Amino acid sequence: MSLSLEITHQMPDFSLSVSFEVPPGITALFGPSGSGKTTVINAVSGLLKPDAGRIILAGEPIFDTSLRINLPPHKRRLGYVFQDGRLFPHLNVEKNLLYGQRFAPQDESGPSLESVSELLGISSLLQRAPGGLSGGEKQRVAIGRALLSRPRMLLMDEPLAALDEPRKEEILPYLERLRDQTDIPILYVSHSVSEVARLATSVVLLDKGSVLRSGPAEQVLSDPTTVRQLGLRQAGSVLSAAITAHHADGLTELTVSGGTLFLPKMDRPVGAKTRVRILAQDIIVAGSLPRDLSALNILPAEVTTVQPGSGPGVVIQMRSGSDHLLARITRRSAEKMRLKPGAHVFAVIKAVSVARTDIGTR
Amino acid sequence: MMDGFGPEEWQAVLLSLKVSIWAVALSLPLAVFIAYALARWQFRGHQLLNGLVHLPLILPPVVTGYLLLLTFGRRGAIGSWLEETFGLVLAFRWTGAVLAAAIMAFPLTVRAIRLAIEAVDPKLEEAAGTLGASRLWVFATITLPLILPGLIAGVVLGFAKAMGEFGATITFVSNIPGQTQTLPSAIYTFLQVPGGETAALRLVILSVAIAMSALVVSEILARRAARRISGG
Repeated sequence: MSLSLEITHQMPDFSLSVSFEVPPGITALFGPSGSGKTTVINAVSGLLKPDAGRIILAGEPIFDTSLRINLPPHKRRLGYVFQDGRLFPHLNVEKNLLYGQRFAPQDESGPSLESVSELLGISSLLQRAPGGLSGGEKQRVAIGRALLSRPRMLLMDEPLAALDEPRKEEILPYLERLRDQTDIPILYVSHSVSEVARLATSVVLLDKGSVLRSGPAEQVLSDPTTVRQLGLRQAGSVLSAAITAHHADGLTELTVSGGTLFLPKMDRPVGAKTRVRILAQDIIVAGSLPRDLSALNILPAEVTTVQPGSGPGVVIQMRSGSDHLLARITRRSAEKMRLKPGAHVFAVIKAVSVARTDIGTR
Repeated sequence: MMDGFGPEEWQAVLLSLKVSIWAVALSLPLAVFIAYALARWQFRGHQLLNGLVHLPLILPPVVTGYLLLLTFGRRGAIGSWLEETFGLVLAFRWTGAVLAAAIMAFPLTVRAIRLAIEAVDPKLEEAAGTLGASRLWVFATITLPLILPGLIAGVVLGFAKAMGEFGATITFVSNIPGQTQTLPSAIYTFLQVPGGETAALRLVILSVAIAMSALVVSEILARRAARRISGG
């Protein structure tokens, strides 16, 4: 099941014109505030009618100006998780969760209340009133409620934006499980790079109402031309890794396509797939294999692009195995080392610089 | 004091209760609909509809009663049609008292319900829509339970207004003992005859008692509904 859309809509400051596909997995709609992300997701949900275009869900047009089709939200069968939860205050958690079920087609199979409560860790809250829940609990109930309406797709509009860091950390693993254990495509609006890096399988980069870049998350995030949109300090690449061993000195050994990494201990079993985000500013580029260095992680790589920035820095994209790495270094160093596409280098990564929040499942 | 009621007084009390209950029950669905339209929809004539609903509150009740007589009287446009089609006569009957009371109570009921609807976050209704609920379902399962305290307040206000309605009623259906003599009309009649003060006072006390108990009951119901909403 997937979604494709192509819409134009006049906004107060600019005109929105976007076209992209949402394959199974989590597609992050990423961009700064006011770039049109919420307009796009509301157009998909039917809460907003775009000026023109078409939206096709699993082969069925749910909106098409040339065919004069505009299904109302309740006939689109999309689960929407809002930033502010929007639980119904007069119903307890269980009744909130089951609200959408009576409207789903009878023959439609879907997850049960038990499995969803289990997945989201809300089984013990069922008889509680929404008023007494914490922000994180409310948001998990909102996700469960959307899931139980047997949606063909999930829409999430910055579901974590209203939460503080510990609450975000509480929900992220559930979103990862949702991505890995269900086959419902998810359109996920966010302006947080670390969330996108951890969750997204594809990324649509939006700016002032148009798509700058879209594609698999690893590619879009490791593309040096997107660095400015992501913000210099947030830029970085995402590597797929597999856990190979846990060592007694508190390090976990992982295999990535370009070699081996040692990172601070991870609470996941040997053999588990994971993804690791490495910020561009945490990579040192060496011209030859360094010796007597405290950094544990040295990956051989080949420079693919050198992207000059506006300041004294440049962004180097390197290929390491089948993955790409981004490094942000000064222009002076790049010139001294004669870094240009094709050059063979070594990427040095400090183990402790990889934050726990940047380590996700799969 | 209460056991001193004569049949005429009892008739007036029972008639007023009957008229008020019917007036509120019959006008409530329309009141909810109009309140919802005024609170949620943008349409041409929004101001006009709002003005029309509030008109009975501003007009002298005698004028309202006279206008009712002109339109719903046996020779009035609607009145004669009602009599021919359904055999329903309103003027000088208790049914007419129901109409007069309903119209006079309508603005108060609509106002209370409209305020309650405006206090419901439309985002909750939107969320219910994305979960598959049609507009009618959203209203029945989200809006209605959330406005229940306001709805109860509107019903009680309307009921109290209907119980006390005098001017429009006496103009439209007169003051016929046993037929159209409501509680206020009876009090008025007793005050017109020498020595009627005691009977009038008894009815006055009874009016106060009915009004107070309606208020207390509504307060209890509204609190219970509000507690359910806030999820306590």
